[in-house]
Amino acid sequence: MSVTAPPQPRPAKAVVRPGDRIFAGAARVAALTIMLALAGVFVFLAIEGLPGLSAPAHIYAPAEDFWSYVGPLVFGTILAAVVALIIAVPFSIGVALFISHYAPPRIAAPVAYVIDLLAAVPSVVYGLWGGLALASAIRPVMDWLYENLGFLPFFAGPPSVTGRTMLTAGIVLAIMIVPITTAISREVFAQTPRLHEEAAMALGATRWEMIRLAVFPYARSGVISAVMLGLGRALGETMAVAMVLSASPVVTLNLISDTNPATIASNIASNYKEATPDKQALLIATGLVLFAVTFAVNFAARWVIGRSERNVAR
Amino acid sequence: MIRTSIRRAVVPGIAALALALTGCGAANDDSGDNGGSTDSASAGASLSGELAGGGASSQESAQTAWRAGFQSANPDVTITYDAVGSGTGRENFISKAFSFAGSDSYLDDDEGQLSAAAERCGGEDAIEVPAYVSAIAIVFNLPGIDSLNLDAKTLAQIFDGKITTWDDPAIAALNDGVDLPGTKISPVHRSDDSGTTDNFTDYLSKAGDGAWSHDPDGVWPIKGGEAAEGTSGMVAAVKGGEGTIGYADESQAGGLGLVSVQVGKEFVAPSAEGAAKALAVSTPVEGRADVDMAMDIDRTTTESGAYPVLLASYLIACQTYDDAAEADLVKGFLSYIVSDEGQQAAAEQAGAAPLEASLAERAAGIVGAISAK
Repeated sequence: MSVTAPPQPRPAKAVVRPGDRIFAGAARVAALTIMLALAGVFVFLAIEGLPGLSAPAHIYAPAEDFWSYVGPLVFGTILAAVVALIIAVPFSIGVALFISHYAPPRIAAPVAYVIDLLAAVPSVVYGLWGGLALASAIRPVMDWLYENLGFLPFFAGPPSVTGRTMLTAGIVLAIMIVPITTAISREVFAQTPRLHEEAAMALGATRWEMIRLAVFPYARSGVISAVMLGLGRALGETMAVAMVLSASPVVTLNLISDTNPATIASNIASNYKEATPDKQALLIATGLVLFAVTFAVNFAARWVIGRSERNVAR
Repeated sequence: MIRTSIRRAVVPGIAALALALTGCGAANDDSGDNGGSTDSASAGASLSGELAGGGASSQESAQTAWRAGFQSANPDVTITYDAVGSGTGRENFISKAFSFAGSDSYLDDDEGQLSAAAERCGGEDAIEVPAYVSAIAIVFNLPGIDSLNLDAKTLAQIFDGKITTWDDPAIAALNDGVDLPGTKISPVHRSDDSGTTDNFTDYLSKAGDGAWSHDPDGVWPIKGGEAAEGTSGMVAAVKGGEGTIGYADESQAGGLGLVSVQVGKEFVAPSAEGAAKALAVSTPVEGRADVDMAMDIDRTTTESGAYPVLLASYLIACQTYDDAAEADLVKGFLSYIVSDEGQQAAAEQAGAAPLEASLAERAAGIVGAISAK
């Protein structure tokens, strides 16, 4: 188990073979290319989208100006992602712990395999399933939520008769991000040093206490990275939302009514095909906003994590 | 053992396939001969080259049928139809990116497009002929009820959220003897910008007797309510809930309850023939050139059997083209589209309403005169 040690300062020059140069160069090119691609996307969005900020008023119908057009979309994007995360994260952590710590290897391997398989299902298929099967199947649940928890703004109803609501979209998104978060969480849980776990057990901890004391603190940052990746997918997911959601340009926390805010990505997908150049510019400008929102959300999340980790370290 | 049984199946299978193919070939030959009686199609036999057009997505499935029909008669021709939407289609036609365009609304001078199109066509008026007509069915989902009679005013109130239950007196008054449930009405609209919405809201606004206060538009004017993307999404949403009502292309409305709309004193169910008839009795837009068949659809017609909730999509082209090959291709293809054969192909494969004879004849005359400079 030799980990490459940092190069020792030696009087003689380190040997550099052609392979070293080629590999270092290739790695550098790869890193620069991805930065350039990202910059290229940003420049494209900025140039093409700029006219969309000040288009004739009728382009924004039924809103009046750019910010009132994009506002509900930003809200919808974040709401859908948050609903998806609230459902998916506990689920993923549970599945990952089951695979890494509870299940016998005979069962763990196939379960892990099936979860990975979920990641390969195209989002259009999730959209079809969500719109045609899940939406009607979930209606009784929404009726129940409305009757029993209707005093909460989330379930203020009245429940949609078709079931194509923000809650349904959130569930579909959650199923889509579970494979990513599970796969990464599973890997970091499995990396927990055996000694930590055994030490916890030796102190008389039960299995759950061992996981809480040894596994979670160790895996915290890895799990958060996993959640960030899932969040990224939820924010940008297009087809599944476009096919499931009954969308209107509104801002509402109500998750079960027939009136739901669209997400930026699904709005672009629904409207781009028939768009005039003015409208295209507007849609691209909303894409730019999504770019900024994703960046801001990631930045905020990293900041929160960084702070909590400093607290833990203290 | 298994292999032999497969072989046994394969031989007669291939034989059947060969028979079917020769059958098809023969049928194609026949139809080609029929088309050959008009001079445009006989000229078409020698056509070759590429033709680029595009525009309204409502025409997309019909264009697929037309392209297949025309290319089977003219194997050396490649036609593309890019369903980029009516607005972009018109702009690409004006910028010469497309040789012809499909559009759900006619050119007008609100944004200077009529003059721009004339300029693109070397100072001559652009050709506009109706090519794709389709009835918009108003569909609903109420168990046990297959059809309802409604007038435009009641429909406008339903879609505006003023009438909220199916047993509302306004609905009951039009439907004697129908046992209406007290189910809540959930109107469904298209979430995307669409020609169907444009035509439907045009109908509500013109025929609704003041009950519809919004302007006709491709984007649904009311915030909130059940929304679905595309015709298939609309149909799925209406099927997915009880008490829903929506509007969709008549060819896609299978299995749902259909609204018969009031025309004069009678109630007319959606049909291709009814739509073609309503278009035929519509008034031409004033001040247009002879080659411009732009029409304002008469939503308030009282003509017996006419169904005024329809979408008429136009083909836009020039009278003359600089390039002789381009002119021949546009003339050949557009002549095929407005011919009986082309209209039948669209009716079979896209559920379109074939143009009424008088309109088809005039359209054929116009596109038949396309020539090179």
